[in-house]
Amino acid sequence: MKATRNVFRLFSLFAAPLLAFSTLTATGCGSSDASESDVVKLLNVSYDPTRELYKEFNEAFAEYWKKKTGQTVQIEMSHGGAGKQARAVVDGLPADVVTLALAYDIDAIGEKTGYIPADWQSRLPNNSSPYTSTIVFLVRKGNPKNIRDWDDLVREGITVVTPNPKTSGGARWNYLAAWAYAREKYGSEEAARDFVTRLFRQVPVLDSGARGSTNTFVQRGIGDVLLAWENEAFLAVNELGPDKFDIIVPSVSILAEPPVTVVDHWAKTHGTTEVAQEYLKYLYSPVGQRVVAKHYYRPVHPEHADPADMKRFPQVRLITIDEAFGGWQKAHAAHFADGGTFDQIYSP
Amino acid sequence: MAGTITLRKSAAGTPVRLATGESTAVRWLLIGISLTFLTLFLFLPLAAVFVEAFRKGVGAYLQSFNDPAAYAAIRLTLLVTAIALPLNLVFGLAASWAIGKFEFRGKQLLITLIDLPFAVSPVISGLIYVLLYGIHGWFGPWLAERGIQVIFAVPGIVLATIFVTFPFIAREVIPLMQEQGTEEEQAAITLGASGWQTFFRVTLPNVKWAVLYGVILCNARAMGEFGAVSVVSGHIRGKTNTMPLHVEILYNEYNFVAAFAVASLLALLALVTLVLKSLIEWRTRVQHDQEEPS
Amino acid sequence: MAIRIKQPSVLPGFGLTLGYTIFYLSVIVLIPLSAMFIRAGSLGLGELWEVITSPRVLAAYKLTFGASLVGALLNAVFGFLVAWVLVRYTFPGKRIVDAAVDLPFAMPTAVSGIALVAVYSPSGWIGRYLEPLGIKAAYTPLGVTIALTFIGLPFVVRTLQPALEDLEAEVEEAAASLGATRWQTLRYVIIPTVLPAMLTGFTLAFARAVGEYGSVVFISGNLPMKTEIVPLLIITKLEQYDYAGATALGATMLVISFAILLTINVLQWWSTRHKRGA
Repeated sequence: MKATRNVFRLFSLFAAPLLAFSTLTATGCGSSDASESDVVKLLNVSYDPTRELYKEFNEAFAEYWKKKTGQTVQIEMSHGGAGKQARAVVDGLPADVVTLALAYDIDAIGEKTGYIPADWQSRLPNNSSPYTSTIVFLVRKGNPKNIRDWDDLVREGITVVTPNPKTSGGARWNYLAAWAYAREKYGSEEAARDFVTRLFRQVPVLDSGARGSTNTFVQRGIGDVLLAWENEAFLAVNELGPDKFDIIVPSVSILAEPPVTVVDHWAKTHGTTEVAQEYLKYLYSPVGQRVVAKHYYRPVHPEHADPADMKRFPQVRLITIDEAFGGWQKAHAAHFADGGTFDQIYSP
Repeated sequence: MAGTITLRKSAAGTPVRLATGESTAVRWLLIGISLTFLTLFLFLPLAAVFVEAFRKGVGAYLQSFNDPAAYAAIRLTLLVTAIALPLNLVFGLAASWAIGKFEFRGKQLLITLIDLPFAVSPVISGLIYVLLYGIHGWFGPWLAERGIQVIFAVPGIVLATIFVTFPFIAREVIPLMQEQGTEEEQAAITLGASGWQTFFRVTLPNVKWAVLYGVILCNARAMGEFGAVSVVSGHIRGKTNTMPLHVEILYNEYNFVAAFAVASLLALLALVTLVLKSLIEWRTRVQHDQEEPS
Repeated sequence: MAIRIKQPSVLPGFGLTLGYTIFYLSVIVLIPLSAMFIRAGSLGLGELWEVITSPRVLAAYKLTFGASLVGALLNAVFGFLVAWVLVRYTFPGKRIVDAAVDLPFAMPTAVSGIALVAVYSPSGWIGRYLEPLGIKAAYTPLGVTIALTFIGLPFVVRTLQPALEDLEAEVEEAAASLGATRWQTLRYVIIPTVLPAMLTGFTLAFARAVGEYGSVVFISGNLPMKTEIVPLLIITKLEQYDYAGATALGATMLVISFAILLTINVLQWWSTRHKRGA
């Protein structure tokens, strides 16, 4: 009699928390069941600087989708450094769509999980990049150090702020833009390596993501130049003080094509393939392109954008990764893999 | 954690004994040095949080909390804490009973293993659960087949939090149980009390303040954990962001006032915890003085 | 682990509580950690050695352990002073100071990091006065040390406080009546008595500092070979999908931490034995 009561007590003491935990596990994953059939949820896993863009675009798409199908679509966003975000998807973050900083990361997801087919980049127009950007310089107001082009960055006494190419997608574009410029100007891979090495010797802080670097440059007052996405530079100027910074456009820069794609496996599992595809296609639509240009990304269909927005983009000669480096896979292996040129900069 | 374990026994502010005290000048010099050190390393960073939070006035400060994502973050943090705390409490009591009341081989090793999560880098604390429950982890495929999401969902965040706060309660209670010995319990058992009665009526009242103190430490750490949770969260806005992660997001969105406002809320929660702690110390002291009127 | 009860006891529940302890410990700590070791083991010994002894990793070990050591030492010295002041003297605002000591423990590490940068960066509250003196605090090893001192402080103070409170007044009085100066009493009587507690606090602060990530990355600058800490290297490796390398570094750190913790626990056990025996 006493024994049974004790057994019961024992059960309640030890098992109750476990029970609570397993209930939670069950409810925690129950979010995908479609109890309300007219609400559909999409998870968009993106990189750092697209926060503002997708905030507005998601509203526009939800409105469009409601009108078209009567269905309410809720888009959940996850932002972070591009490498970290891709890794999260590899480890099982159930993203319906990914909108990342470079094709290499989406390739990696496909390769490691099989969730995305190898030919994903041909599924949407323009290499699956509905917007492009480039790398520009952000300097202090009035450009006190008189920085005009890449060569000025390696001058004595100039400090440069950029994120770490190992962890930040944006930083890889920075790195390759500098490399491409130097190789073109000085004519050899050795000269390019030398140039980039000198450039990184001037870097006092390597933040892990693009936003971290902007904060270091803007909030902490570190550095003379910030190497940044064009859209980040514009945003920083507008959000943090038009009277504090100037944007300098170098003679040549790189054409950054942040790609988007549907993660087939998860879209299929969640039953969201159609809405996910439409979501990405809508980025190419007149409305999407207008929002894109408003948030300082260069639209692939400039005719749909507000002409006033378009006027903000300066003319600059842009080199593509494909023509300069033979694609992301090659560029990554040569420069950013362990023991690549970036690691060599810091080898003793 | 030996230090945080022993509750203070004597009243602070012992009257200065002439033969063994310092001169007033030396005393103020020492106080001055300590306060300078604390200012540099403790008070200024703390003040920075509040100054930034109120940079644009009280209105902007309050406005920061008028955001569904902030609510969701606060709710998630409270939920995670509410699950992690009882689990670690039960464990802490079980472990301290076994370790405090019995002699067995391997005790030091067991205590060290309980301490281990304290010394593990938060980065690793998150990573190990990815290795187990991630889609390519040991249990990942099995879970995926059943549609159970652990990593990048609430259970993963709970697990990481439990790991990080694992030792606190156990380490507070174990030394006290060891110190108190087993005489009272043995007497109770001999008088015919059951094991559970002995535990709830004799042992628990003796260690209740240590338990509560451990709970408070555990609670503070659970709400504030950043590194480990960051690895397993997935950072889905309004869904898997805890308060510390939400602070980072706001900061990255150049929304500094809101970032520091949420941070200040965490600091305030910490302060409430600390007030509770002082209260407990006071209670313990009163109790102690009553038991041993000197 | 040969767990066997040494002396029979009339108290019940040994099997139950110990069983649950080991079960919970295994589920939450041991199995997940073993997953890390197994993953690291997939590298093979040669490659493992190569990963954990590459120049960049060695530089990170040096910084991580070096800065942790300096931070813990600073805390041991100033923490002793703070604890002493809090226990022995009264001054206005003492209770607030006492309560605030725990804050680094409770604040999210990222918040601490951002706050520390706000104070110590070249444009920060203190940084702007250090800059003209040629001292760079943020984005240098000094910055890392500052962050690690910040997070370690509560452990030293909270370990020393009870030890100082338990100090018998009679011993000090005896020393004084035998003609010892205050300094001699401190040197030969007080410090030896609280040394075990100081050592424990030091080790705890050190162990905590070695693994710290959140507060350091904001203030360190993260330059390879210069201001990169080991936890950051682990993250860097992870983001290149190099799980084996990341777990190898993690396992190395864990082994070192475990050795440190085991040492203090044995030390403590030994010192209580010693005391009881005496």
